[in-house]
Amino acid sequence: MFNEMEMNGQVREPYRALVDWMDATGPEILAQKRLEAETLFRKIGITFAVYGEGGDPERLIPFDLIPRIFTASEWRKLERGVKQRARALNTFLYDVYHNAEIIRAGVVPADLVYKNAAFEPAVIGIDPPRRVYSHIVGVDVVRVGPDEFYVLEDNCRTPSGVSYMLENREIMMRMFPELFSKLRIEPVDSYPDQLLKTLKSIAPAKCEGDPNIVVLTPGAMNSAYYEHSFLADQMGVELVEGQDLFVSEGRVYMRTTRGPERVDVIYRRIDDAFIDPLCFRPDSVLGVPGLMNVYRSGGVAICSAPGAGVADDKAIYTYVPDMIRFYLGQEPILNNVPTWKCARADDLKYVLEHLPELVVKEVHGSGGYGMLVGPASTKEECATYAERIKANPSDFIAQPTLALSACPTFVESGIAPRHVDFRPFCLVGDDIRLTPGGLTRVALRDGSLVVNSSQGGGVKDTWIMAE
Amino acid sequence: MLSRTAENLFWLSRYVERAENMARLLEMGYRMALMPAAGNGNRSEWRSVLSAAGCAEGFDSDNTELSQATVSDYLIFNRDNPSSIINCFEYARANARAMRTAITQEMWEALNGALMELRRTAMRNLAKTDLPGFIDWVKSQGALFRGATDSTILRNDGYDFIRLGTFLERADNTARLLDVKYYVLLPETSMVGDGVDNYQWTTVLRAASSMRAFHWVYRDDYSPWRIAHFLILNPFSPRSLAHCTENITSHLERLARQYGRRHAVHSMAVDTYAILNHGDMDEIFSRGLHEFLSDCLQRYRALSEAIAETYYFGGQ
Repeated sequence: MFNEMEMNGQVREPYRALVDWMDATGPEILAQKRLEAETLFRKIGITFAVYGEGGDPERLIPFDLIPRIFTASEWRKLERGVKQRARALNTFLYDVYHNAEIIRAGVVPADLVYKNAAFEPAVIGIDPPRRVYSHIVGVDVVRVGPDEFYVLEDNCRTPSGVSYMLENREIMMRMFPELFSKLRIEPVDSYPDQLLKTLKSIAPAKCEGDPNIVVLTPGAMNSAYYEHSFLADQMGVELVEGQDLFVSEGRVYMRTTRGPERVDVIYRRIDDAFIDPLCFRPDSVLGVPGLMNVYRSGGVAICSAPGAGVADDKAIYTYVPDMIRFYLGQEPILNNVPTWKCARADDLKYVLEHLPELVVKEVHGSGGYGMLVGPASTKEECATYAERIKANPSDFIAQPTLALSACPTFVESGIAPRHVDFRPFCLVGDDIRLTPGGLTRVALRDGSLVVNSSQGGGVKDTWIMAE
Repeated sequence: MLSRTAENLFWLSRYVERAENMARLLEMGYRMALMPAAGNGNRSEWRSVLSAAGCAEGFDSDNTELSQATVSDYLIFNRDNPSSIINCFEYARANARAMRTAITQEMWEALNGALMELRRTAMRNLAKTDLPGFIDWVKSQGALFRGATDSTILRNDGYDFIRLGTFLERADNTARLLDVKYYVLLPETSMVGDGVDNYQWTTVLRAASSMRAFHWVYRDDYSPWRIAHFLILNPFSPRSLAHCTENITSHLERLARQYGRRHAVHSMAVDTYAILNHGDMDEIFSRGLHEFLSDCLQRYRALSEAIAETYYFGGQ
């Protein structure tokens, strides 16, 4: 296992200043700071609800005070790799909803795209502004060695967590101003401005003048509601719910105290299935009836575009390196984790034989639900899971259990290494923008590899050191 | 601004004001109960507190014995009582959370902090062992929220909706408070020099946190006429109907200026203000204080509905 802070008994270079400072500060003061940080989070109301668990819809996500640090050169590589991926994924989306060259060329199997639940026939042939579908691409990256990074998955719909990137930094700067004045840490606070720039750049054809932008949320009961309101606030745009919007004469309007006001760009944080009950799920009360017709005729831009989900499907994931070669003529800068597709007979056989060593995921699942972590599971759990795979092989993929890197983390027994992953947020509009930072998630249980906040994960601030 | 946001702001400030008024009513009951009982020892102070709070029916349906402990618990912590202080703060915070972008961090922290504190068991103990201490705490939370609002929020239409909520709720509460105790203010029943009655009138002032202000304006003459005047017609008294209505009118005017449109609601407010501005206490008493107050309550209800309709609360 790669420990990001320590190698061969030596503190690694990016962490040296931090370790010196922690030694000088002492454990008592650090423990005190931990309590202060929690109070701050609670007071500000940064919370995260977990679906299906009931109880408090405003649970706090555990925040770990020890930052995760990347050097400038490590970041340069990540940045190039993430941007490359974001470009290829968007090109792929435009392609599959138009001429489907990649399918004709035999690079990606047609069934995988057209029979995919996330493929949206309703948007075939529509040209979204700037041909961008996924305007915010969250790329989940894990590290297994000093120079070894893997992409675990792509999130092309509406990846959440960016508010933690911003708020974690706020809290850290409030708690440890001396560290920030001493070290040269890349700031992350330009993200909301860049997001706004990106959203403005995708104004629809019919929009005249400065586009009116809104954030569309399912409401205060949603687990990521804090993030929705935070982003709307930081950008200075309205946070709306479906009931605030309506369609009239080919345009979208919001209900205001002055009467109807036109809306040009919708950054929606609700799923495709819910955005328009006339086009998708008729029982949805979260969306706006008629929205898709307006979208089709260029009266409104939707971010991310309906149908973008087909690019971040776990079955499609395995083809992303091929996409990069096909569309960009480049070699992928960041590698995929080697993946067995249970849809293939050979792969299925291997997976069933090696279940205790593998991580198996549902192709269409997300958030760490319904996955099997072989090494952490009992024989019975593996056997039950094997039955599920056999019943529907094409619904599953498997990956080797990676020795995820670990970072020092506050735990009950003191400071101990815990496994981490990383999600940078790449913005795609008139330009491809990437804020130097991201969300580091940490598995707080000893030995656990599951970093999802719904499964006992926490978060850390991520520092990119300036050159 | 979004209509839903305006509606949330309006109700948010109404709930905060209501919580504070509940606390003031409790203070009134607490003080009256400290007086020796009048007549045959029939203690009615907690009953009048419940009536003034508009909670008498709800309380009675629980068949609880009438005492400081039961009434204060009902008005502070009872989850089934929609106007209980804890519910007011719950609703206020839920409204705030539904439109975090429309309020400032300071306002959010004031509301969030109040509710977090109120949910602690320590607060239940405080209300039991030291009711005045608890009442002071509630009042300070209201003050904190209004102070945070006053010093941080943009003076745009959102501010006007917040203030409209505050003053409509306050006017409504003052009118209710007077309506429940109006009989102690009737000149016919007043017996000059009767210690108990005198004390009852002053409790009305205390419930409106207006004791000291009253002194400054009228010195020490606690005649019922003056107390009623102070809480109804006096434009300088911060909880009087006249003052509240003046503010309602001016915030509606601000909205009309910002939006460039006047509506029926504007003349409704002006009409009410004119009645209070040109009102005369003798006339009000001769027509009947209760009738006058009922008419005012009806007018505030209608104003609240007209605001909702004019600015498209609940869709358009």
